[in-house]
Amino acid sequence: MGVIAFLIPISLILGGLGLLAFFWSVKARQYEDPKGDSERILSDEFDDHPKG
Amino acid sequence: MSVAPAAGRLTEAPSDFTDEHVSASACPACLAAPSAEDLAKSGDIKGARLILSLPTAHCAVCISDVERALRRHPGVRSARVNLTLKRVSVDAEGTVGADDLIKTLDGIGYEAHELDPGLLSATETDRRGRDLLMRIGVSGFAMMNIMLLSISVWSGAEDATRDLFHWISAAIALPTVAFAGQPFFASAWTSLKAGRLGMDVPISLAIILASSISVFETMNHGHHAYFDAAVMLTFFLLVGRYLDYRTRAVARSAAEELAALEVPRATLLRDGAEVVVPVNELAPGDLIRVRPGARIPADGEVTEGTSETDRSLLTGESLPVYAGPGSKLNAGEVNLTGPLTLRVIAAGKDSALHRMADLVAMAESAKTRYTSLAERAARAYSPLVHILSFTAFGVWMWLTGGDLRFAINISAAVLIITCPCALGLAVPAVVTAASGKLFRKGLLIKDGTALERLAEVDTVVFDKTGTLTMGTPHPENLDALSTEEFGVAAALASGSSHPLARAIHDAAVAQALAIPLLEDIREVPGYGVEGRWNGQVVRLGRADWLGAEAGATTATHLRIGAALPVTIRFADQLRPGAAEAVSALSAQGKRVFLVSGDVEGAVSALAERLGIANWRAGALPQEKVALVNDLTAEGARVLMVGDGLNDTAALAAAHASISPASALDAARTASDIVLLGQDLAPVADALRVAVQARQRIKENFAISIVYNIVAVPIALIGLATPLAAALAMSTSSITVSLNSLRLK
Repeated sequence: MGVIAFLIPISLILGGLGLLAFFWSVKARQYEDPKGDSERILSDEFDDHPKG
Repeated sequence: MSVAPAAGRLTEAPSDFTDEHVSASACPACLAAPSAEDLAKSGDIKGARLILSLPTAHCAVCISDVERALRRHPGVRSARVNLTLKRVSVDAEGTVGADDLIKTLDGIGYEAHELDPGLLSATETDRRGRDLLMRIGVSGFAMMNIMLLSISVWSGAEDATRDLFHWISAAIALPTVAFAGQPFFASAWTSLKAGRLGMDVPISLAIILASSISVFETMNHGHHAYFDAAVMLTFFLLVGRYLDYRTRAVARSAAEELAALEVPRATLLRDGAEVVVPVNELAPGDLIRVRPGARIPADGEVTEGTSETDRSLLTGESLPVYAGPGSKLNAGEVNLTGPLTLRVIAAGKDSALHRMADLVAMAESAKTRYTSLAERAARAYSPLVHILSFTAFGVWMWLTGGDLRFAINISAAVLIITCPCALGLAVPAVVTAASGKLFRKGLLIKDGTALERLAEVDTVVFDKTGTLTMGTPHPENLDALSTEEFGVAAALASGSSHPLARAIHDAAVAQALAIPLLEDIREVPGYGVEGRWNGQVVRLGRADWLGAEAGATTATHLRIGAALPVTIRFADQLRPGAAEAVSALSAQGKRVFLVSGDVEGAVSALAERLGIANWRAGALPQEKVALVNDLTAEGARVLMVGDGLNDTAALAAAHASISPASALDAARTASDIVLLGQDLAPVADALRVAVQARQRIKENFAISIVYNIVAVPIALIGLATPLAAALAMSTSSITVSLNSLRLK
């Protein structure tokens, strides 16, 4: 049972990292235009070089 | 729709008709000045951030087309399309006006409307939306972790291990509940302070009670802790709250921003000099100057100048009306061809416009507030849950002879099990699905209960000019003209901003006609345009000015030199989808009415063409309201579809209302749904989707009730475990969400 002493903190830390990533994506406004983002994948406009 | 804000908006109604901005429709050239002025006033050094609505954008190609076209436009620094909101935000130099961009987009085939960046509460609403998302994220994270621990407990963790897991759960759950539950606590507190028992009171009570009881049980090495239930409850309810918020935010921002940039100002002649003053400073007797293309700010009598005015938004008349010295004009009419000087007869509260606004306010206040299905459900739900929970507490106290811990456990279990998760999700999930569906079809739901009211509609009343028709004349017999005549007419027409002239010019441009060069083109306000072609005098204008015979239909006349005048006849163009909408509505078994302020001939012709049996012509705004009220009194649920100021009161009085995006600000404010595109066909779809949506909402309520009927007795007799609570909560929430997605 001693292994849970590692596993529980590890699971919490990993989950916490996920949560931080989610915070970042919300702050970076990645949920403002879900429909547009899914369509933008199809555009090849900035395939060769990123938008300057 | 609440009465006060709408009435407040309408008292400002004159503002909608005075500013130069309105002239956009009548005189694009006059526009550069005011927009530059506005920008200079805002003093934005970084450049204007313009926002345009793009009702027809729908795909990846649209995004790149629009962005590329805008980026190529001189002065534009960047442009970004938001397809979800069907908008494009443009960062540009101060010299770039929205109208230039609209023209550019029009050139590549995209319809665009200006949105008011000043009204953009978007930053504020975005913040609230992100705030809710954060809380959902936190509670979702906590829910998953606690559930892992809970499952170990349920599968048989004992003694010290169980206590440890409960403690860890508490460490995660308590901060989560304190953070993520805030929206519910705040709203419960406000409703308690106001002496009401809203839906959020039992929710908050359940969350707080479940958390505190679990802490108590954990400290006393108890078997059951409800941390997972408390956090799950928060999570599901936040999802419902977010959906609800998202729908309303999208609708509200777009509807608000559609309001054009209109400032209530008038040009006053004071001692011969022109002074720009706010409209409310006008007094009877003042002399005001109205430029061509501008709206008339106050009721008045013409003292100088001749012109024609467009009354279509006030009265529904599709034809411009002649105005010369002595003519009485009403506030809200658009001056078309020549500058006019008016002596103010009535301004502000006494003007015809204001009387109309009063009519709207009266119609608004006469309408009883609609109680939505969700409100009715919450009204029945909250007291019932409290009574159940307290009864359970009392009965178990008595049965166990005062075992407080056991009785509180039971009453908390009852609160959690009767979880309003499904109830809190039932309506938002359906409304989100339905309004998303309608938004893709080009309909914007402004009011949360609009869908439910729309579902009850059995009678549809249409306005004519601007609603079933485009409100713009379309030349009918251009084939009868020789190429030469057509060319001359188009050349003359380009010298005027009169709607008939513009229609001829547009038709010539559409046919790529070679337009000959004329000399000495000049507009004779109120009469027409004159010029010189190959040495002959050519004229385009009123029948009596050319010596032509005036007919019964809308027409203009062309005369080349001494030749006989040629008549060009016009008809108002049918709005695309109008015929489909009317026939689809009839097929759905709705009664369809046509009511218009226009003359009988025009109305009956249209009614016949669309197969509408019930029509009324020459209706005053009061008569339109009366018709709606009479139908309502007969027990009908009326949907009013209209765009003009003369429809506004009827829109407000009707059970549900729709107006096109081209409608006046006041009309859009009064209506529940705004039609974003040109096409009228989605109106029939809206009714169909609304009926379906109401059906889904009712089914979702039924599902929640069935769950409660099964689960509540189990909780009452004390057999509910945290596992049972978690199962009941998640299955009911997931079933209602899935049911909502069945909407076709």
